[in-house]
Amino acid sequence: MTAFDKIWVTVKNVARQFSTRKEMVTALENVSFEVHDGQFVSLLGPSGCGKTTLLRMIGGLDVPTSGTITIDGKVVNGPSPKMTMVFQEYSLYPWRTVAQNVGFGLEMIGTPPDQRKAEVEKQLKLVGLENFSDSYPYELSGGMRQRAAVARALATDPAVMLMDEPFGALDAQTRNKMQHELLHIRQETKKTILFVTHSVDEAVYLSDKIVILTPRPGSVHEIYDVPLPFPRDRTSMEFAQIRKNILQVIEELETDCQNI
Amino acid sequence: MKGYFKLIFPALFIAGWEIAAILVNNPFVLPMVWDTLVVFTTPFTDLFGNGSLMENALVSIYRVSLGFIIACIIAVPLGVLLGRYQVLEEFSDGLIQIFRPIPPIAWVPLSLAWFGLGEPGNPAPASIEYIIVIGCLFPILVNTIDGVKRIKKSWVETARIYQANELQCLTKVIVPAAGPGIWNGLRIGFGIAWMSVVAAEMLPGTTTGLGYLILFAYNWNQEQIVIAGMIAIGLIGIVMDQFFQYVQRSKFRWEALDK
Repeated sequence: MTAFDKIWVTVKNVARQFSTRKEMVTALENVSFEVHDGQFVSLLGPSGCGKTTLLRMIGGLDVPTSGTITIDGKVVNGPSPKMTMVFQEYSLYPWRTVAQNVGFGLEMIGTPPDQRKAEVEKQLKLVGLENFSDSYPYELSGGMRQRAAVARALATDPAVMLMDEPFGALDAQTRNKMQHELLHIRQETKKTILFVTHSVDEAVYLSDKIVILTPRPGSVHEIYDVPLPFPRDRTSMEFAQIRKNILQVIEELETDCQNI
Repeated sequence: MKGYFKLIFPALFIAGWEIAAILVNNPFVLPMVWDTLVVFTTPFTDLFGNGSLMENALVSIYRVSLGFIIACIIAVPLGVLLGRYQVLEEFSDGLIQIFRPIPPIAWVPLSLAWFGLGEPGNPAPASIEYIIVIGCLFPILVNTIDGVKRIKKSWVETARIYQANELQCLTKVIVPAAGPGIWNGLRIGFGIAWMSVVAAEMLPGTTTGLGYLILFAYNWNQEQIVIAGMIAIGLIGIVMDQFFQYVQRSKFRWEALDK
């Protein structure tokens, strides 16, 4: 990392509280980290630690109770065109074909149809769905649907791609394949990616940097730089060691939490 | 085999009707099956100076279509707005809930007071159209509101992520996503509109339509025309409902398949 690195996302002292009928629940507190240009950063933590809430706030779909989030130096107040988001449940529109789904973002910003078509074709090719442009989402497998969602996210050429447990609903084999393909896509497009997961293995396989969150209320426990070069070998000693270290950290966090 | 099976009960019913008619032996109470069918075999024959069965059916269809379209133009956009903006829905919900259970027939006196009997020769007097509109407005409205409210939250959020403005959100996501619910409302609404038109045609001053025809035929003791008119009402209702179901299956296939 050099001093000239562009910082895309800055999260500073962010807290988020929700009011339930009886009380105020603190989902997140004192969260700070940065995402630099071209980095792959994972938010890792147990279920219910507020990592999805955090991602939604960065995406402009939710508002922090306190603290600030900036994208490219500007405070987030609603979804930014510099950013896009891939949801766990794909969120494709079932009344639109794959090509129409991938072109959705371009349609919204008024890209002319022929330009849109070319861009959609390019993205479908990148994710390997060029033969499915006229299919409907319900005709595709889970892995293919998520590829279509990724193509849609890439089509508007955002600087940062937010991914909320995008492979969480997939079976283990498809999941591994999708992880591999995501790294390929990242290499091709040089996108900055902020990725939410609760899988240590997934985080270590994909990330330059892992933000480890504590259980509720979520806060940053540790920011871990993964020193391995890409592509990574899951069966290597180094990989296993890093995974073990992080698993230990998380286990300790959960035990502490139960002791309270 | 399944097709035949469906026909067994109607066939038994018709046989029972014929037997009953023979036993009753009074065409002013229950006409013979054949006498009733004759009305259908000669649909263009004038019936006692009141026009043919076909003419009257077409007048009723014209009336119901007009009222139904007016109701759609009001209820669908209104329902989309009320479903989208919770404040508006809460604001109007009380009024809607009070008006909704009032049957269309209960509007007859007010409709006559406000719009009068209608001039002779006007096929669609305001008094009749009002009853049709008020009858199908609420099912369409309530189903549209419900359809819009049940849209997956992530669909709307996705649109926002992709910089959709509010108008794009409504036209490109909310309306297509609520399409199946809205269409279901139209189907229910049309069924009620069709019932309403027959009832409205029994209003004083009306001289055309299937509702008028069966009431007039009763006054002239022509029960075979009464029953033929009722069957025509039923058949037209089935055909329209099948049309709505067909569109539901073909156009909104994704709703059942998207899991």
